[in-house]
Amino acid sequence: MYALIPLLPLAAFLVLGLAGNRIKERAHLVAVPAVVLSWFLSMFAFFEVAQGAPINQPLYTWLTSGHLDVHIGLYLDRLTVVMLLLVTTVSSLVHIYTIGYMHGDAGYARFFSYIALFTFSMLMLVLADNLLQLFVFWEAVGLCSYLLIGHWYERAPACAAATKAFLVNRVGDFGFMLGLLLVWYSFGSLNYLDIFPAAHEAANLTMNVLGPFGGTWNVSVFTLICLLLFTGAVGKSAQVPLHVWLPDAMEGPTPISALIHAATMVTAGVFMVARLAPLYNLSPTAMTVVALVGAATMVLGATIALTQTDIKRVVAYSTVSQLGYMVMACGLGAYGAGMYHLLTHGAFKALLFLGCGSVIIALHHEQDMRHMGGLKDKLPVTYWTFIVGSLALAGFPLTAGFFSKDDLLISAWSSGPLGQVLTVLGLLTALMTAFYSFRLVFVTFWGPSHVDKKHAKHVHEPSNTMTFPLIVLAVLSIAAGYVGIPEFLAPVFGHGEAAAAHHGDAGFAIMIVATLMGLTGIAGAYYVYVLNPQLPDQFASRWKALYEGSLNKWYVDEAYDRAFVKPTLAVATDMWKRIDVAVIDGAVNGIARGIAWGGWLLRLVQSGQTQHYALAMALGMVILVTVFLVF
Amino acid sequence: MTIPITYYLVLSAIVFLTGLVGVLIRRNIIAILLSVELMLNATNINFVAFSEHLRDLGGQVFVFFALTVAAAEVAVGLAIIIALHRSKDTINVEQFNLLKW
Repeated sequence: MYALIPLLPLAAFLVLGLAGNRIKERAHLVAVPAVVLSWFLSMFAFFEVAQGAPINQPLYTWLTSGHLDVHIGLYLDRLTVVMLLLVTTVSSLVHIYTIGYMHGDAGYARFFSYIALFTFSMLMLVLADNLLQLFVFWEAVGLCSYLLIGHWYERAPACAAATKAFLVNRVGDFGFMLGLLLVWYSFGSLNYLDIFPAAHEAANLTMNVLGPFGGTWNVSVFTLICLLLFTGAVGKSAQVPLHVWLPDAMEGPTPISALIHAATMVTAGVFMVARLAPLYNLSPTAMTVVALVGAATMVLGATIALTQTDIKRVVAYSTVSQLGYMVMACGLGAYGAGMYHLLTHGAFKALLFLGCGSVIIALHHEQDMRHMGGLKDKLPVTYWTFIVGSLALAGFPLTAGFFSKDDLLISAWSSGPLGQVLTVLGLLTALMTAFYSFRLVFVTFWGPSHVDKKHAKHVHEPSNTMTFPLIVLAVLSIAAGYVGIPEFLAPVFGHGEAAAAHHGDAGFAIMIVATLMGLTGIAGAYYVYVLNPQLPDQFASRWKALYEGSLNKWYVDEAYDRAFVKPTLAVATDMWKRIDVAVIDGAVNGIARGIAWGGWLLRLVQSGQTQHYALAMALGMVILVTVFLVF
Repeated sequence: MTIPITYYLVLSAIVFLTGLVGVLIRRNIIAILLSVELMLNATNINFVAFSEHLRDLGGQVFVFFALTVAAAEVAVGLAIIIALHRSKDTINVEQFNLLKW
């Protein structure tokens, strides 16, 4: 029965993919029921696993080659079912929202088929019982993101963004693949249930990394495995330094942004680290790297989000920053807290994105915040749900984001000295988070209207299919906080962590500080953007370097352009000119030209004149006679 | 006195080459036909010379066959020439490149 959870979206994908041309604007009648049904089944799975032991269901043997034995199988433990709920819930709501958002789009059926495939891939990734299956669907998720970001393929930026997402992910996936091979090499198996029990015994394995080059540098195999696999997570979950694709992915339609940012693509990396917690726990070095990368991402994303003017980009960088929180938590061993934040973040980030989508649709695809303002009366549902989402993102008390972020920071604080340093960073980031999320609210919904006069009169709330998911997600953005996810996940990650997360005095202090940070951020945004609207420009001119840096994303893209894109293009151009044009085209055209020339030459022989033929015969005779006489 | 066979062969070769060159370079189709006859007769000289030299009448008998075939060839050839002349109004071989596809 659990196999149906991923298979229903797959069926929807197949039907829409094969018969999409005939189904066209009725495509949602296929996709939405399939995903909603798989949400129901996920609920069943959740309750069954919550009460009993993990379920392991091999479906069939996929590969048997030597010692390699890979099944396609389902593994449902508490971590899996939590992810199942997140993925199916957000995906269902996004499917419903898409009905309104993509209405009238030429690729309506295609879009539905791809998001169904996206959902299927993510579900299979989450349900995998072995690393290879995880990897295959990890790649499938990447493919879907490529297809969906490039949905409007006639627009050049969309194509470029899709390619960028795919390529950046490939960098990470290469590391993942090496990690996969190393796991296979060290354990002789890829199944979680074989690896995890064997991990402790193999904890002291080392490996000479410089062996092939004649050197000696023994590294713990676990460190190596974890770092390589984490490279994959860095790509998928948009961590520094591979975060550059995620904000560009905004070129895709908004529902897909919501799906990528909240439930599918980017959560895969965090999920993978959490899933492989037994391996990561054995390598303190790898854990430290994970925590530091997460922290760097968290701060970087937040600083960039402060100045962006594209409404979706602010939210996108906020996702980068929030993912940093989760990865940092995993790196500090607080997997439960990381997953908790992942879950609540899924709810309010989907809400924020879909809210952005409503604004964008209402303003006829205007995404620049400087051309918005004063929308709160015209878009009441969007406005109020957006407020809820922003409050949750800012960690306002009693919203979901408040509980998960505090839990995360408290766990981080109690994990040791490194954790305490990073907690301070996390608190600062919380301040920035609150500031930029309310900057977004104030600039978009409050103040004087800067909306294009042409559209200003027609601004109205979108259809019910779009407001319904907003309302549901707004409810979830509050309610998800009251579910004790870390305690629920404690059996998966071990009990030590749940104990560490006890609310001691330090925990209480952090909670107070975090709340103050959030409130300060909101108040700051109110002071700057509502009371003194001239202040932002003054800031920008006074701290020009900082402002420009943040606005230009700290020039990471430019650096990559210099370091990788330009040289690659130069080499490719060179190869094109020297090898393609000169050698290959030269050979092909040369052969053709040679044959044409030979044909021309042979054509001369056939004159049609008997005398010429007679001459040839005579000459032949002379030659033959000469040959016989001489030799 | 007997004339050595070499003389006959040289004469035959000269006549044959004259015929061959005629076939190759003449434009008039009747002249070409004449040249072919020269080549045939050159071989006939060889047949007769060897027949005498080897004391074997077979060579001389073969000459009659050759003459007969040559007569027949002339008859057919003239008929073809007339047909060609009717269709093209000329008997210059340069005008006939009918063997070219």
